[in-house]
Amino acid sequence: MSAATEAAQAPPEMRWRVDPFVLLAAPGLLYLAILFALPLALLLLQSFRDADGHFSIAGYIEFFSDPINLAVTWRTFRVAALSTLLCLVLAYPTAFALARARGFVQSFILVAMILPLSVGVIVKAFSWSIVLRSDGIVNSALVFLGIVDQPIRLLFTETALIVGSANVFLPFMVLPIYAVVRQIDPSLSAAAATLGAGPFFRFFRVIVPLTLPGVIAGVAFVFSLAISMYVIPSLIVGERHATLSMLIARSYLFFRDAQLGSTISAILLLIAIAVVLGSSLLLRRVEGTRV
Amino acid sequence: MTRTDRVAVVLCWLFAALVVVYLLTPLVVTVIVSFTSSTVYTLPPPDWSLKWYERLGRKSGLMDSLVLSLNLAFLSTVIALIIGTAAALGVQKGRFPGREAIATFVVSPLMMPGLVVGVALLQFFREMGLRDAYWSLLLAHIIITLPYVMRTLLASLQQFDFSLIDAARTLGMPYPTAILRVMVPNLAPAFLTAGLFAFLASMDNYPISIFLTDARNKTLPIRMLQYLEETPDPTIAAISSGLILMALIALMVSARTVGLNRMIQ
Repeated sequence: MSAATEAAQAPPEMRWRVDPFVLLAAPGLLYLAILFALPLALLLLQSFRDADGHFSIAGYIEFFSDPINLAVTWRTFRVAALSTLLCLVLAYPTAFALARARGFVQSFILVAMILPLSVGVIVKAFSWSIVLRSDGIVNSALVFLGIVDQPIRLLFTETALIVGSANVFLPFMVLPIYAVVRQIDPSLSAAAATLGAGPFFRFFRVIVPLTLPGVIAGVAFVFSLAISMYVIPSLIVGERHATLSMLIARSYLFFRDAQLGSTISAILLLIAIAVVLGSSLLLRRVEGTRV
Repeated sequence: MTRTDRVAVVLCWLFAALVVVYLLTPLVVTVIVSFTSSTVYTLPPPDWSLKWYERLGRKSGLMDSLVLSLNLAFLSTVIALIIGTAAALGVQKGRFPGREAIATFVVSPLMMPGLVVGVALLQFFREMGLRDAYWSLLLAHIIITLPYVMRTLLASLQQFDFSLIDAARTLGMPYPTAILRVMVPNLAPAFLTAGLFAFLASMDNYPISIFLTDARNKTLPIRMLQYLEETPDPTIAAISSGLILMALIALMVSARTVGLNRMIQ
């Protein structure tokens, strides 16, 4: 009590110093600042320096002047975007079903969401490589149903990569959307209907805007995971369709080319930072207009 | 409900069913393959056998890697829970500028490319003179676990009614006791959930760890990927099935104590 009064009466800079909550936050924040932000900043700086330590963007010019690298960058973006889109298309209706479900059915769907998170990415990517083999169950089913005459090649294709990666990331799309869907007041839609709004108007003008925060959070998270995934493509498509992450691993672990590695790392890092900042700005704007 | 509404509801259920099958496929495949008698992964298996489970113990280095991964996951989760909870409390209650930016920053490691964080840490540790693989891994894994703790705790603290603590103090409890007796039990579900997800993320991490291991300190995912590249046989499926079973038990226990819906908040 007395300490609190003293703090309130102290000059502003003194109050700052004695706020115990700042001290409480210090270890965690300092840890991330020193062991997370600082190393990444150093890596970013390194990518803008030449061998003599002068400022230079030669690394970037060299990287983007190679058509193979451009193709890899484009493929990385395309695969990440399609994987995110597949997740969104599957997750959006599922979140509504999950919000309507009760009792055992709801628990079952939730377990199906959470349990896969506990299974390593390696194991999941590996099982997809079994499922999608030319003698795997998907091909057998396709032949059995008469959709194709003979087994088609699925493994080592971009389709396989999208199917396999969306499978790993799907829970991260369903859960944030479900978190906002379950808070939507069902009477809102009914009220709109009473006022004469048709089902499509109600969905696109009432429901969709309310779910936007969950959608933005899910899309940003899944896209940032998809653009930097490494284990999944290396098990499902191998070296045939390299992604930016695989180029990073190759340049550091096999070629020992730190200059090239730091350039690609910085590119991937800047994309991730843009996604984090962009999504948090967008979220703030969406949530701001709602109130 | 109009007809369009009913069609929409049916469609939602169809998608949910599809999603459940899609999500569980790799798990079911892994368990089936682990009981196969053949060395190749034919589905359905020609015959059943337990031999891949018997081989687990004889696979060189597998147990060492499992122990190392459990050790790292446990320690990094405990440390993250301690400094993460304190930091979440400080960010939530403290009076300092840029709190929203800080809240974004502390969860951002979840969205940063793992390989890049790994490389950056490797170079940073080298410059600092830290060459020990175990300590490098532990320090790195705290960066993996800390954002999970921060994310869950920040969300839970936002809903925690701090006037409860004032009430306890009015009733004569000293401040630390009030925290221990009022706030900690209230946040217990958040600790459990954050701890579980942080632990799993540490156990599963490959991209950061790959840059920090040496020959003696190989985490489980690194060892597993190495086996897959060298001698792919269903032993991997056997150990994965074991991990699935462990996760299922942990999930059922947490679902009983916390409730599934609170876990995913």
